[in-house]
Amino acid sequence: MLPPPHLPPIGARAYDLAMPSLCRDCLTQFDSARRCPACGSPRLVAHPELWDLSIAHMDCDAFYASVEKRDNPDLRDKPVIIGGGRRGVVSTACYIARIKGVRSAMPMFQALKLCPEAVVVKGRMDVYAEVSRQIRAMMEDLTPAIEPLSLDEAFMDLTGTARLHGAPPAVLLARLVKRMQAELGITGSIGLSHNKFLAKLASDLDKPRGFSVIGRAETMDFLRDKPVRMIWGIGAAGQASLDKIGIRSFADLRRWDRADLQARFGAMGDRLWHLARGQDDRRIARDRAVKSISNETTFAEDITDPDLLDGHIWRLSEKIADRAKAKGLAGRTITLKLKRADFKLLTRRLSLPDGTQIADRIYRNARALYDQTAHPEPYRLIGVGLSDLLPADNADRETDLLDPQAPRRIGAERATDAIRKRFGEDAILKGRALR
Amino acid sequence: MKLSIERATLLRAVSQAQSVVERRNTIPILANVLIEAEGDTVSFRATDLDIEVVDKAPAMVERAGATTVSAVTLHEIVRKLPDGALVTLSADAAAGRLTVQAGRSNFQLATLPKEDFPVMTSTEYSANFAAPAPVLRRLFDKSKFAISTEETRYYLNGVYFHVAEGETGPVLRAVATDGHRLARIDATLPDGAAGMPGVIVPRKTVGELRKLLEDDEAQIAVSVSETKIRFATPEITLTSKVIDGTFPDYARVIPTGNTRRLEVDAADFAKAVDRVATVSSERSRAVKLALDEDRLVLSVNAPDAGNAEEELAVAYADDRLEIGFNAKYLLEIASQVDRENAVFLFSSPGEPTLMREGNDTTAIYVVMPMRV
Repeated sequence: MLPPPHLPPIGARAYDLAMPSLCRDCLTQFDSARRCPACGSPRLVAHPELWDLSIAHMDCDAFYASVEKRDNPDLRDKPVIIGGGRRGVVSTACYIARIKGVRSAMPMFQALKLCPEAVVVKGRMDVYAEVSRQIRAMMEDLTPAIEPLSLDEAFMDLTGTARLHGAPPAVLLARLVKRMQAELGITGSIGLSHNKFLAKLASDLDKPRGFSVIGRAETMDFLRDKPVRMIWGIGAAGQASLDKIGIRSFADLRRWDRADLQARFGAMGDRLWHLARGQDDRRIARDRAVKSISNETTFAEDITDPDLLDGHIWRLSEKIADRAKAKGLAGRTITLKLKRADFKLLTRRLSLPDGTQIADRIYRNARALYDQTAHPEPYRLIGVGLSDLLPADNADRETDLLDPQAPRRIGAERATDAIRKRFGEDAILKGRALR
Repeated sequence: MKLSIERATLLRAVSQAQSVVERRNTIPILANVLIEAEGDTVSFRATDLDIEVVDKAPAMVERAGATTVSAVTLHEIVRKLPDGALVTLSADAAAGRLTVQAGRSNFQLATLPKEDFPVMTSTEYSANFAAPAPVLRRLFDKSKFAISTEETRYYLNGVYFHVAEGETGPVLRAVATDGHRLARIDATLPDGAAGMPGVIVPRKTVGELRKLLEDDEAQIAVSVSETKIRFATPEITLTSKVIDGTFPDYARVIPTGNTRRLEVDAADFAKAVDRVATVSSERSRAVKLALDEDRLVLSVNAPDAGNAEEELAVAYADDRLEIGFNAKYLLEIASQVDRENAVFLFSSPGEPTLMREGNDTTAIYVVMPMRV
């Protein structure tokens, strides 16, 4: 869905003379026109501050679905939903499915009711992660200041890169999405502004294949009538507590004194006061530290059988161990999560004196938590997590007096890892992984 | 019920009671202490349903009777009363109040009916014996540091108290381990203890028991069954459920063939370990011991923080050896040694190490090395 060419991009005063403009197809820079003077394309972005803004947010358009459509052209014109099984939730819906009302995080049965003809694809996380890495590499060509929020979106700080690249940030960003589409077949939307908060808002304004700019001059006007729930991090609960005191729009928020907001919401109150004025001084933090590694499965049908659950605990532990090993991390806290048939969530955790990244240890501890907590009753979800992370070279250094076989099992696991690296993931499987 | 009691006597009795009650409990009566007065004695009973303590004290009983009142509040009040005061407790069953009066201070406390107070069911004890307080003190004091806090291995959350075959005949033995270190302490078997079932005494009970063992001259009456253990002095009776589980076969993890012998002054050793460990901020700090003829080099290498090294003169005559340990574990076992030198017996950098005091085999410690 392209924006109608006769409408100016957000915030732009319509086609003033001498407004900085950029053709998003051929990257020509010029002053306002209806079409690109060089290639005739109507896909322009024009804004008085276009050459001066340098904080950007890039968000891929229906990322998982786009990857699937790219790899399987038969899906191109069909509604595609990525998500696990009938019982899971939608993780991504393509734009065709979105027309029918399908949204991410919607339960799958509901999504299929809205869009029965949808093709449901089980996600291929490893492929998405690979594409994400390729996009990341393209961003690295522009700036080292990248803060990924997930596989498919990231903040970039392009301040001071214009001289190096010989072009202002807006051009680099248009070039980035152009390159993503040409080389990876993935489209993305750009938000360009003067801070993270506004950049993230902007990227969402004109999706898909969007390029939106929020300049300094228009910030206050732009926000005035927008609902405060647009603030990233304000969910249903936050909205409810703001509703209670009559704050719906940014204009409402601006009527509050800084001290009153602080008194009511603590540190968040101060942040709200600034955001109300479009102020956000958070830096773009490269590689925020990973805090935990976890994985969970929702079953197609509730499971009661402890042996079957045991198989799941093992497979989840192995996945977590693989990710920990890939990142060179280990964790001290092991968490087991169980959701009962009535949706009641049980979470149990334990701490190890030293950290671990060994699937066998994660599994044994998660299994002990299961034995301690679970009664034989139906569960609909099981999850295992590793947190309180530390570098792996400080982990798995202590062995258990009461478990003299442990070093041998750890040795076997390291050997298995080495074999899998050479001969592939399925070269060796544990018996319990087949349960 | 109405009685008068001396403040110091009351404080001792109530403080034992208030330490047993759970701070955060959901059953109101469990926060209370049951006060029963009869003849010339008053008893204070408190429980958390796993442990019950009854403390008897002499008092001038004017009117026999019983009531329950918040253990923590009563303790706080008595603690703040002036030394030497005479305290009068009188219960008004109709009003549901206990009056605490001393000098010009007067307190009215809410009570709960004594009938609601859970009394621990009595058990047939299969072994009864008496042991001197210092003997029990040593058994539990020297082993309790190794008790595990891991809830998934609940059977390690206490001291395994049992009769075993020592080097020179049967002994009374306390063993505790968390899988990283193990303590095994022996004492002469008291008369009448031979048939005692082995029981796991929970961590909290070990803590409460400690208060009964201060008096060097006291004889403690010990009664044991499969499910409970009781320790009693003439004043205090502590009854506890034991952990329902099987203690692992610890004998199999105690090395018997370790021959590389290091002898070192325990205090000097502990201080040196503590000093070198300072450079590492990790929670499990690894200390490397490098042994050569009569020389021990302790070192810590923390890549981000720095490194430290210290040399100690020791008695060691075996091959060169490098072995790593968690500094905390080394400090804990070294602090158990108070009379003679610490003797370490090593095998290899991957196998458990044994530590004892001189040639005393009635207290031995095993510690698992750590990869460094």
